[in-house]
This record gives sequence, C-alpha cells and structure tokens, in this order.
Amino acid sequence: MAEVRKFKVYRGDKNGGQLTEYNVQVEPGMVVLDGIHQIQRTQAADLACRWNCKAAKCGSCSAEVNGKPRLLCKTRLDDFDPAEIITVRPVKTFPLIRDLVCDVSWNFEVNKKIPPLTPKKTADWVMHQEDMDRVQEFRKCIECFLCQNVCHVLRNHDLKDRFYGPRFMVRIACLEMHPMDGLDRTKLLKDEAGLGFCNITKCCTEVCPEEIHITDNAIIPLKERVADRHYDPLRAFWRKIMGADHPCTCADGG
Amino acid sequence: MAGILSVTDPDRLGKTDRVDAWWVEPLLTVLGLTAFIVYSTWAAFQGDHYRFGPYLSPFYSPNIKEWFGWNLDFSFAFSILWVPAGFRATCYYYRKAYYRSYFMDPPGCAVGEPHGRSYLGETEFPFILQNLHRCFFYLAAIVLAFLWYDAYEAFFFKDAATGPATFGMGVGTIVLLVNVVTLTGFSFGCNSLRHLIGGKLDCFTCGATARIRHKLWGGVSLLNLRHTEWAWVSLFAVGFADLYVRLCSMGIWHDIRIF
Repeated sequence: MAEVRKFKVYRGDKNGGQLTEYNVQVEPGMVVLDGIHQIQRTQAADLACRWNCKAAKCGSCSAEVNGKPRLLCKTRLDDFDPAEIITVRPVKTFPLIRDLVCDVSWNFEVNKKIPPLTPKKTADWVMHQEDMDRVQEFRKCIECFLCQNVCHVLRNHDLKDRFYGPRFMVRIACLEMHPMDGLDRTKLLKDEAGLGFCNITKCCTEVCPEEIHITDNAIIPLKERVADRHYDPLRAFWRKIMGADHPCTCADGG
Repeated sequence: MAGILSVTDPDRLGKTDRVDAWWVEPLLTVLGLTAFIVYSTWAAFQGDHYRFGPYLSPFYSPNIKEWFGWNLDFSFAFSILWVPAGFRATCYYYRKAYYRSYFMDPPGCAVGEPHGRSYLGETEFPFILQNLHRCFFYLAAIVLAFLWYDAYEAFFFKDAATGPATFGMGVGTIVLLVNVVTLTGFSFGCNSLRHLIGGKLDCFTCGATARIRHKLWGGVSLLNLRHTEWAWVSLFAVGFADLYVRLCSMGIWHDIRIF
C-alpha cells in the first residue's frame, strides 16, 4: 500500500526563493527523483529539475538531499527514516537558474584550460592493463560536479578564480598518469590550477557517486608530483649537481 | 509553505541542512588527538621511568643518553619526538583530521565554516611546509628501525643473579611488538612512499624495474587503503607502550613473564 511522505523542495531563482512542502505517494523502491517527477505530474508542473538517464550515469540530477550532495536518481527513499522529511535543494556552489537547476558552465570553461593528451613522439601504442588501471578509475567520472559542489574551497570560499576543483584534478591526473602522454602539467597544477588550495579534507571522495578515490588516487599523487618538482630539497640538490634542472614540457617527454 | 530560505544565505559555522550527527567525527578526533598530545608532552617532559628491564619506551628511543653516557639537564625525548611528530603532523590523513576538527576548514562536508575568514590552503607559510612530508618519512623510517631493534631486545631478559640475558617473553614484549608492527603499517602505507616507490611512474610495464616498482606500489596501496585505521591504532599503541613501561618502572603495574 502506498504511503505518503513529506517533501520540501526549493522553489525560486537567483533573486531568492523558499522551501515548498509537498505530500508524495511513495511506492517501495522509489528514488528521490521519482518523488520530484510525481510532484511535477500532480502538483507543480512548473518545477524545474534537470535529469536525463535516471541510471546514475549522466550526472544531470545533482542536488542536495537533506543537506548531502547526491544524485536524485541514486538516492532511495527507503534509505531514510519513514518519519523524516525529504528536503531537496539545488547544489549550492553554482549560480541558480531556477528551482533545482543550476548553471554549471564554469566547469566547462575550466576544462578548456587543461592541455589535452599530448602523445610522446616515441609513444608505443600497445597498452597494458597494469598501466591503464589507474586511468580507468578516473574515466568513470560522469561529471555530476557533486565533488565541485561539496569542495569547501569553491563552496565556502568561492575561489573559482584560483582553484580548478576536484573534478579537474581527476582529469589532470588521468592525463598525467597516462603512459602515452608526454606533457608535464606540474607548473599548471601549482599555479593556475591552484592545487595547493586543496587541504585534502576528502569531502569530494565522500560524495562521488562513482566511488572514485579522488583524494587518494588523484589529488594526493598530483601533490606529490608537484612536491617532486618544487618542494623536495633532496631532489633539488640532486638536480643541481646533475644539471637536470628543467622540467619536461616537451611533447616527447624527453 | 515553509519559511523563506535563500540558497545564497551567508555561511556561518555549522550551518547545514544535514540531519545526521556530522559533528561526532570531528569531536572524537579533537578528543583523541588532544588526549594524545597532552599525554605525550607530559611523558616527554618527565625524563625518567622510560626503561623497565629489557623494555624501552618508544618516546625515548633511540636511547642516546645511554649510548653516549650523557648527563643531560633536559629530557632527551624532545630530541627524538620531533621526527614522529613532524611525520604525523604532515601526514595526509592527519591533515584532513585536524583541518576539519581543529581549524573547522570545513568542520564537515557541506557544513558552514566561520564567516569572513580568508583562506589560502597550503599555498603559503606555514601550511606550504606540508609538502615536506616525504622528508619526515625518511627520518621516521630511521626511528622505526630503532623501534624494531627495541622490540627484538625486549625478548632478552637480564637477571642480576644468573648473569647473561636469557630469551623470554613478557606482556611488555608483546606491547612493544604490537607497537612497532602498527607503526610499520602506518609508515609503510604513507602516501609519499606510495608515490616514491612507484606511483610517480607513468608506465608500470616499461622494463623490469618498473614492473617490480608496480608490485611494490600495489603493496603500499594495500596498506594505504586503511591508512586512517593504521594512524589511529598506531597512535594508541605508541602511547600505550610508553604508559606500560612507565607504570611498570614506577611499580604500579607488574609485568607478567609468559616464558
């Protein structure tokens, strides 16, 4: 038998808004996105919500459910206490367009700043699984931008002009660790990408719906690569006496 | 209709829609770390009761006072403890723990921070020094070698009546052994080691050395998966090892000889 659950959904635009209450008839197995669709169908046809696949693969339905950044289509209602009110808000870090829809275009602009895969001239295009394991984890990213939303550097400090955010650290890690890539992006990471702004508090990892180990497998290894180049006194001394003081930025990686 | 709430409400400390007990983790972290810092500082200031029979407190290892026969006016623990303290303070796990718990930067995921505070992350002094973590790892590995030697020595009991040391085992031996095993698990799951041992390579299959380093990287990665757990268990173990030796030396606890 269907039960009724109370939803509070943010309704508004860039000028302000409010949480509006709705009662939703729920069936076993429903996810929060089903509840939003039912509200659209029966009570508020003008409720704006971005979605596409309803299979946790397109990354469109990012929002905040009871304060936690989540995909609406991957958040089951039976995971909540039956008496708990389901509060749905848009992601906080990006400008609101309407209701649950935000403008995430800043991310696409950041993406353009990252030099793409630049093969070494001597690249051997025979791939080995051991080399691709790390990279394949990063390729699982569905660009839901929940990590960007929860990152306190972007969310609380609004340093979008100084830090690319975890999503793009994952992309850079994917390129830097690629066995065919010959470009060195450590200077980009240290300066323009603002890797040093990350204080590795791991919220990005906690919210990732693809369970990518963003901090441990992408950000920390990148910090260590930057440390190799800029902060390791022993390596600096070694480079000094060996005369190899120039970071590789050439396409052949040599 | 509910009250009006803007998504652009200014942040304040603790502001969140989360209904779970997000504050429990930072609270427990503060309690745990503060208790350890207070105890270890007190123990380091004492300068005595760090040896009992074959057992040596890890806070006073290596025992440079005994080695060189120095008559020091200060506790020599401080000449050692800056190494493990620096190693833990710059550790990626502990950074997460104290940035969240002590600095509240942020106190929890999707939880408000103190309003109006400027933020530089690890781009400027002092936190830019976190990049020296690998240097502390090198030094901590040396200290760890001494702790393994101490654990080995804890198997040999000298009896004033019988003369030479005899092989045996007491509860203290187990305490020191558990201490060094957990410290090894923590140290060898270090993110810097994970990078240096193989993570820095882009190609794991380019030559025999790269293949070996890939295997080593896999081993360190396995330990690194539980780095948080190793961090806490080893912290408790090292504190307890000092407490055990100290209380035995003071005659409050009595070490039980197993064989």
